[in-house]
Parts: sequence; C-alpha cells; structure tokens
Amino acid sequence: MKKWLGIGLTAAVILAAGGAPWLAPHDPLRPEFSESLKPPGSPGHPLGTDQLGRDLFARLLFGARLALFIGGCTVVATAIVGGLLGLVAGFVERWPSTVLMRVVDVQLSFPFILLAMTINAIVGLGLRNIILSLSAAGWVVYARVVRGEVLSVKQRDYVQAAAALGMGRARLMFRHVLPNVAPSIIVVASLQFSAFIVAEAAISFLGFGVQPPTPAWGSMLSESRDFLYVAWWLAAFPGAALALTALGVNLLGDWLRDTLDPKLRV
Amino acid sequence: MRAYVVSRLAQTALVVFLSLTAVFAMVRLSGDPVLLFLPMDIQAKDVNQIRQQLGFNDPLPVQYARFVEGAVRGDFGESLRYRRDALGLVLERLPATLLLAGTSLLLTALIALPLGVLSAIRRDSVLDHVGTIATVLGQATPGFWLGLLLIYLFSVQLRWLPTGGMGSLAHLVMPSIVLAAFYSARIARLTRSAVLEALGEDYVLTARAKGLGEGRVIGKHTLRNSAIPIVTLAGLEAGQVLGGAVITETIFAWPGLGRLTVQALLNRDFPVVLAAVFFTSLMYTLINLAVDLLYGWLDPRVRLR
Repeated sequence: MKKWLGIGLTAAVILAAGGAPWLAPHDPLRPEFSESLKPPGSPGHPLGTDQLGRDLFARLLFGARLALFIGGCTVVATAIVGGLLGLVAGFVERWPSTVLMRVVDVQLSFPFILLAMTINAIVGLGLRNIILSLSAAGWVVYARVVRGEVLSVKQRDYVQAAAALGMGRARLMFRHVLPNVAPSIIVVASLQFSAFIVAEAAISFLGFGVQPPTPAWGSMLSESRDFLYVAWWLAAFPGAALALTALGVNLLGDWLRDTLDPKLRV
Repeated sequence: MRAYVVSRLAQTALVVFLSLTAVFAMVRLSGDPVLLFLPMDIQAKDVNQIRQQLGFNDPLPVQYARFVEGAVRGDFGESLRYRRDALGLVLERLPATLLLAGTSLLLTALIALPLGVLSAIRRDSVLDHVGTIATVLGQATPGFWLGLLLIYLFSVQLRWLPTGGMGSLAHLVMPSIVLAAFYSARIARLTRSAVLEALGEDYVLTARAKGLGEGRVIGKHTLRNSAIPIVTLAGLEAGQVLGGAVITETIFAWPGLGRLTVQALLNRDFPVVLAAVFFTSLMYTLINLAVDLLYGWLDPRVRLR
C-alpha cells in the first residue's frame, strides 16, 4: 500500500511539474494587484492569490518544476562525485581511502543544513549556486556508503577470479564492482532526493538560495510569514506541496530500498 | 577500553583542527569581505587603508596562521556589525539553543521511545499502524511548515501561545514541539525495528521458555540489546538538532546560536560566521565522540576492534 501511495504522489508531482506551462491558469510571475490576497475558491483562482495578485496554483506548479529540477540535478551530481570517489577509494585503499575518509569525517562534522547554507551564502545566490551548495554538502554520504560496499564486494569470488585472470584495475572497477554497488547508490539517491528538496526549501526560506520572484516553495513559505494573519493559504499550500512531495519520494525510496537491498532497512 | 578512548580523542582533535581550517578556507575564499561593510562613497585609498588595518592585505598563509593562533586562544576577532568579541557573542547565545535543544530531545525521548517499543510489541495492531502513519508524516513534514501552521493555529487563531521570542515557558512550547516532531519520527521508527529485531533473537525465545513474564523479557533483555542502534542514531540526531535548530529559531525568533549564524551569514559578518560555524561543528564532533564512547561502553565488541 505504501508503495502505491509513493508512486502515486511522486507521479502527481512529476506531472504537475512537467505540465506546468499548460496546467497553470495564469502567469505565475505577473503581478495583478487588483486580484491580490484572494482566498481559495475565488473565481479563476482555485487556491487563491498572493500579495501581488499572482495565482497560487500556478506558482505551486512552477515551484514543483524547480523542486524536481534541483532535487534531480543535486542527486545526479552527488551520486556521480561521491560514488566515483567512494569507488576509487574502496578499490585502491591505502592512502586515497584514508584521505577521503578524513575529508568525509571533517565535512560530516558540520550539520548538513548549516554547511549547505554557509556555502550558499559564500558562493552567492541563485539556482546554479544552490545546486552547487547542496551537492558540495551532500556528496559525502555516497562516498562513505559506496566505499563500504566496495570493500565487501571486492572480496567476492568472481572479482578475485577476474583479478587473478589478469583483468586490469579499471575494468575490474567498472565492469564488476560498480554494477554490484549500484543498488546501494540508487537507494541512497532516492532517500536523499526528498532531503535535498526540503533542504533547498529551508535554505530559500532563510533568505539564501533561490530568490523571489522565481516561484519556489521555500521562498513562497518565507514570504507567507508576513501575511499569515490575513492569508493562511499562502503558507498552507506550498508547505503541503512540499510535505506531500517529500512523503511521496520517501515512500518510493523506501520501496526501492526494500526491493533492492533489504539489509539497509531501517 | 583505554586504547579506544585515546584513539577516539586523537581522531577528534584532528577533525576539529581540520574543520577549523575548512571554515577559514570557506569564508576567505568568498572574496573581499571588506567592501561589504563599508559605506558606499568610500575612496579607493581609504579602502586599502582599512584593509591594511584589519589585516586583510597580508598573504593568505599569514592570515591563516594568525587565525589559528587566535582561535586556539578563543579569539575569533570582532563582529563586524556589533563590534564585540565574536566568540563572546556565540557563547552568549549558546544557553538559549541548549535550552531549546535539550527540551526537544527530552520530548523526543518521551514520545518516540515508548511509541517505538509499543509499536514493536504490538506489531500490526491499530497502534502500530497509526504510529507508522504518524512517523512517516512526521518525517516528511518540513519543520518550518509545521512551525508556521502551529503559529497560525495557536497564536493567530486561538491566541494561546506567543508567536515568538524567548521568555516564559509558553514561548518554549511550540519551538520544541517543532524540533521534536521530526526527530521523534525517525527515532520511533528505528526503535520499532531495533526492538523487533531483538525480539526475534534466540535469547528472547529462551527467556520465554524459561517462564519469565513478558514484562521482564522485554524490560530486562530486549530493551538493553536494542539500545545500541538507538543510542547511535539518537546521538547523531542530537548533533543534527543543532543544525535543525537554525530554522526553528528563525521562525520563532528564538535568540539562539542558529539564528545568530543565519543573521551573520546574511550580514556577511565573517568573524561571527567563523566562530559560530566552528563552534557548532565542535559541539557536533564532541557529541559524536560522546556517542562513540558510550557505544564502546554499551557494546564490548566494539572496544576490541
């Protein structure tokens, strides 16, 4: 049952994001002051409007686009960087492994949100930089997990046999070890996806990351604070969208994990 | 045991030193901080003079050496905005954050542990299913959204609780609930699976066959053995609470360390950023160290590694 909920919610978000330009009844960026702060159910605005008269539903749809884009890019970037580094470190061992693990330890000594936020404040705001910041903070998980997996896969008979037959190290790594480590990477990626989306929202909420007027759920929630007394829908719906997306992706990730690698079950 | 403790301490010292370096590098790499807090109509030569005065013109290794030397003494420089000792500011805000974090962790323990244990004991019951739904929702709901909703409900509509700030017990209620919600969800889930796993072990079967009452089977045998993964996660979460507090403190205008960090980042107040981020990382590392040592004490197998 959880599986279908996960698939359903995630599919809904993907559809919303993909179909945004066609599904949105109004332009999410154009202010329309005569329509400002209309409650949900107003004609033409099923979820209401914000303080500048922009349709909330349209902004939510485009916010979905942004969330999925950021989540997707970050997951891909972190999986590649962390996965490769973990793969090499686990395979080669000796000093690359030690150096990598110390770097990972140091980076892990900072709480994730704090680190991503600090990096973002430093490199500057905007879409590209938030992806960069989240990736820089998030790759370490993969490095740790993949390295551990590689260390154990390396011991397996077919890997040792291939090595004994004289197979080159690069081929061994990519042809034999990597495919067996891939399930862990996928599981971690799916669990990290929602974490990245929520983290981006949190960072935008605090004032970094994606800036207004770009519709992003985090900054929409931040702006809603000023209008909480008169327009509850500005806070309720973006947050609900965020929570439902996180829920859907989490459930999907749980199902993936149960299917691919029950050992990681929490 | 002693070798374990010593080795962990040494590793911790190394990590602390490296994170100090990392924080320094991160902040220095961001470009010229001097221009950001000077008035707009300043002359170029004056900029240079101020830069010289504050020591930003020296070569990077010299700046680094000066920074480390100062950091060891607890001197992170002066806040660019408040003109006060940076570390002093950090330490001033620390008790507020500790109060919030401590209350949240207490709430978490009170809610999550019983919930997890009961879910495991009465597996697949109504309680278990309700608990699962609650934990899944708790993990998915972003803290800042929950905070906003609670503010709307309890402060705006019902007027029971204040919207923010620190002062009375009423001020503490909502922030700690928000912080506790996410972490209780995680810990409740983990407790449930840890207890379930322990219940499946042979010694439980033996205890029951011996005729021990269910209460003793669970209380004496199961709980102790399932404690290990729970303690590990709880320890890691305790450190994460420090980071999570950042958002909660901002929403509720709680005058703690997290909020100070955010403000310092927004104001480009680098000495304070350095001090705050480093201090947070230090606390986090020390908590992890404490967890590792506790782990070594709880599980004798670890010490022999």
